[in-house]
Amino acid sequence: MRRLVTDTLVIAERNLVRFPRSPDLLLAFTVQPVMFVLLFVYVFGGALESPGGFNYATFLIPGIMVQNIAFGGFVTAVGLNEDMNKGLIDRFRTLPMARPAVLAGRTLADVVTNLLSIAVLLVTGLIIGFSFHTGAPKVLAGLGLLLLFGYAFSWVFALLGLLVTSVEAANSVGFIAVFPLTFISSAFVPVQTMPTVLRAFADVNPFTVTVDAMRALWLGAPAGNSVWGAFVWALVIMAIFAPLAVMRYRRIAAR
Amino acid sequence: MTAIADPAPPLRAVSGNEPAIRAEGLVKTFGDVRALDGVSLQAPAGIVLGLLGPNGAGKTTTVRILTTLLKPDAGTARIAGLDVVRDAAALRQRIGLAGQYAAVDENLTGLENLVMVGRLYGARRGEAQRRGRELLERFDLLDAHKRPARTYSGGMRRRLDLAAALVAKPPVLFLDEPTTGLDPRSRLDVWSTVEELVADGTTVLLTTQYLEEADRLADTIVVIDHGRVIAEGTPDTLKDSTGGERLEVLLLDPTAAPAAVRALAPMSDQPPTADGNTVHLAVRTRTGAIVEAVRRLDDSSVQVDDIALRRPTLDDVFLSLTGHTSVGPEDAEDIA
Repeated sequence: MRRLVTDTLVIAERNLVRFPRSPDLLLAFTVQPVMFVLLFVYVFGGALESPGGFNYATFLIPGIMVQNIAFGGFVTAVGLNEDMNKGLIDRFRTLPMARPAVLAGRTLADVVTNLLSIAVLLVTGLIIGFSFHTGAPKVLAGLGLLLLFGYAFSWVFALLGLLVTSVEAANSVGFIAVFPLTFISSAFVPVQTMPTVLRAFADVNPFTVTVDAMRALWLGAPAGNSVWGAFVWALVIMAIFAPLAVMRYRRIAAR
Repeated sequence: MTAIADPAPPLRAVSGNEPAIRAEGLVKTFGDVRALDGVSLQAPAGIVLGLLGPNGAGKTTTVRILTTLLKPDAGTARIAGLDVVRDAAALRQRIGLAGQYAAVDENLTGLENLVMVGRLYGARRGEAQRRGRELLERFDLLDAHKRPARTYSGGMRRRLDLAAALVAKPPVLFLDEPTTGLDPRSRLDVWSTVEELVADGTTVLLTTQYLEEADRLADTIVVIDHGRVIAEGTPDTLKDSTGGERLEVLLLDPTAAPAAVRALAPMSDQPPTADGNTVHLAVRTRTGAIVEAVRRLDDSSVQVDDIALRRPTLDDVFLSLTGHTSVGPEDAEDIA
């Protein structure tokens, strides 16, 4: 068990060290989300009349944070795929290390990079008019939910990275599978404005549930079942995808 | 924590007279393909065992089984006295693998790569750093230690990969085609490193497609093809087994080759072969062979540009064992 913890930390450190050296990654985690926030607020924001009684920046920030954090796991998909194709997984497997640490270290590193992008988005939001409407405990609970949700998606992307044959495939499959999910949700517009079929989907979409929970925790919006629903969703996603990713890891390693 | 210290006592003491590498009847199938069909091999401590064979012969599969990456479908193998399946976890402390693809993290510096590997062997950070620096110095990578590995040349990466395999001073080292794709200079570097390691008592299993490499490094050679061992022995016994000295005749005029083949045929038990303007044959005796050949060719009015006797190379061994010289154009070039 102690080996698992130290090996996970070693692998997480390895994945984080590369971060400041990869300008493309830095851009993806800083400039890109800021760009999306600005585009949404200033392009769409004017056309939407204070959804839920908030200014659009305040409405948008929890939503775009949930979208953004779901994609945080991309680094894991791309990284695992590279490790697989370049023979690093083989090297790890000949070392007397704790086997699950390769995946656990990856997803743990995502938590750190996700924190970075949350910070970037939050600062951007505060500058353009976002504000918290609740007290510290709820704000912290919201932060916890975001990180948990992002962590769950890291396992989705871990599985994806181990399934596809190339980094490019990981990118496009991930994007095509997750991007529409984030859009057919309450992240950017109130779901009431959508056609019935989309709305029915949006209502049960874990992204909607999680975004609603974030708005409840940070803005004091009506929570309904969303807060505990969002935590359950995150745990369910993790409970499904973490074992699948571990199983897949065992299988590819046995080729 | 002990991983990084010298593996004392050396494996000989641990395992008595047991060979450092011993595999018996290894079988591995992938779907319909029988990659290994009963491979047995063995090597005493402190030697280089060359595993030779064309692409797809089963070399890499053998290495993957011996390094605990794959489980055999049948057969057993013990490395340094430890079973590759039952004692896999303990065995990983005692082996190093450097692959045909340089398995280093390109985003980390040379030192960071080695420190990571050291820590995954269970060493503390400081200890891992000391060992990392030591290896960088030994492999002449110290100057580049602050640069990410992606900026390294192919040869530097391969040296770093080799260094990573040596972090825990493993008594048994597996090198899977360590020089494939390297320039001649880097290849020589890898060769001298292997020679130093063996001089220090390391046992090395080396797979290669390069006959020249096996000839220079290996104390004993196992030739596999289609997942079976088709020959084994020292480079010399293998060469002797293909039968005597080779006579090579370079003709002035390639169209004279059939006449030359006819003229020389009585000198050999096997029919001579012609390849462009060169005729090869395995002669029965060295003594007088050149004189006799020249006389016979002269009698048949075949003009000779050059004529030479040479010992058989491993390439000849390959040819007589498998019916094809080696593996491909890349190889043919290398042997030439």
